[in-house]
Amino acid sequence: MINKEKMKILSVRSIAHQTIEMVLESEQISKVALPGQFLHIQVGNLTLRRPISIANNCSETGRITILFKVNGQGTNELSSYQSGEMLDILGPLGNGFPLESRSESTVLLIGGGIGVPPLYYLGKTFRCKGIKVISILGFQQANDVFYEDQFSELGETIIVTNDGSYGFKGLVTDVLERISAFDCYYACGPKPMLKALTDKLTDKEGFISLEERMGCGVGACFACVLPTTDGNGYKKICKDGPVFPAREVKL
Amino acid sequence: MINLSLKLPGLSLKNPIMPASGCFGFGHEYSDFYNLSKLGAIILKAATSRERFGNPTPRVAETASGMLNAIGLQNPGVMNIINHEVPFLSQFDTNIIANIAGSTLEEYVEVAKSFNETDQVHALELNISCPNVKEGGIQFGTDPNMAAHVTEAVKKVSQLPVYVKLSPNVTDIISIAKAVEAAGADGLSMINTITGMQIHLPSRKPLIANKTGGLSGPAIKPIAIRMVYEVSQNVNIPIIGMGGIQNAEDVLEFLLAGASAVAVGTANFQNPFVCSEIIDELPKVLEKYGFSSVQEAIGKGIMA
Repeated sequence: MINKEKMKILSVRSIAHQTIEMVLESEQISKVALPGQFLHIQVGNLTLRRPISIANNCSETGRITILFKVNGQGTNELSSYQSGEMLDILGPLGNGFPLESRSESTVLLIGGGIGVPPLYYLGKTFRCKGIKVISILGFQQANDVFYEDQFSELGETIIVTNDGSYGFKGLVTDVLERISAFDCYYACGPKPMLKALTDKLTDKEGFISLEERMGCGVGACFACVLPTTDGNGYKKICKDGPVFPAREVKL
Repeated sequence: MINLSLKLPGLSLKNPIMPASGCFGFGHEYSDFYNLSKLGAIILKAATSRERFGNPTPRVAETASGMLNAIGLQNPGVMNIINHEVPFLSQFDTNIIANIAGSTLEEYVEVAKSFNETDQVHALELNISCPNVKEGGIQFGTDPNMAAHVTEAVKKVSQLPVYVKLSPNVTDIISIAKAVEAAGADGLSMINTITGMQIHLPSRKPLIANKTGGLSGPAIKPIAIRMVYEVSQNVNIPIIGMGGIQNAEDVLEFLLAGASAVAVGTANFQNPFVCSEIIDELPKVLEKYGFSSVQEAIGKGIMA
């Protein structure tokens, strides 16, 4: 059930270059929000809400964490909100990562840049189920890196930067050989990264989370569609996704 | 007791509020938020003869007080709409208006004919004003003769009242309105979006993949009000007004300009409950400004 509620901002802090962590207090949405789902946030008087993935959620305390990169008018204005202020939020939206009836013993999380956040809530959920979590997190450079400690608490974590200023130099696909064995991968990041990953990991089951500029966020406006690989259909990222089986949609 | 109801060709409206075409899909999503029986009518997303995938993404962009969109008439095709979408909506006690589009005159006629096969649709909205498709659409809506021609052709085959949706991307909207009235239109709906563009500074490219898109939202409301105001004085058919409506005050403004009913589009994206909330607020707003019914307010803003 999708709710529209006013959430109180509990804290706002910068955690990396142009990267903000915001903790929100939710009454309804937190109770049902699953890893991979997102919030559609009304920022000031802007016409379109901004879709931001859920980076962490505690249904008992009602605390939802979002992480976002200041990258335009909407995220810039959102970053100026102070703790104590209220945000009008629609959520939880979309279909998250499949969690039920999964039988993996080891999962690989692969995040690129601001695609990293939803994987944290996912990894935490897997860890609670006793599933071993390995993470590869890719960033542009050292000052973009965030949540290394949080992911390290979940399990082995490899950091990669494009310029080599922190961790391994290169792309997330360059360090895949270092991972001994895993049953399934879960990835979120820029489209070229997801394309390279799914092309490389053809023998593995995987799920990817996508983003796109959205209108309604609920499946009515057809702004965020993409074609399926079978060539005769399409999926709405906001409603059918944002998570899809690795090769279901054309990247 | 404020009377919100009114009768228009083919439509018996319990209130003048309807979600605009393309902003409400086929109703499924919004039926999770409130009972759609509350709405005066629902205008469906455009139907073409066959399935259309639409334009590449990005398809939307924020603008000052509005947004651009270039969806490109994505829809599952008229028969799928009749067989799979309309039956879902017919469970609600409201009027269904089907929006029909096409690349050729023949396609408009084919789609219009198809809607004769269902008794669950109450009227057609003839979309001769979509700015986001390469062929057809707006070219029929920017020339009075072509607009009249397609109106006449659709009227000839359809058993339903036809509301012609006008484009604001014209020099003289009155001449188009008069032409489609003379060609047999039962009503008008106006305005469609205004063609616009936004260039993304980092990439130096148009932000919308289609390059241009249709501007909607509060930014276009004064244009819509002006056009309804001018057209309503020059035709004798009712107008469904639209363009940037966000609240009941905006609805009254359109009524004063001469619209008989209104459609709410972009505002649904920001607030999925907006149509329901406007319906709740409208009686208070009408009363505040001295009206006892919707009917009474229509055209009262027009100065002699």
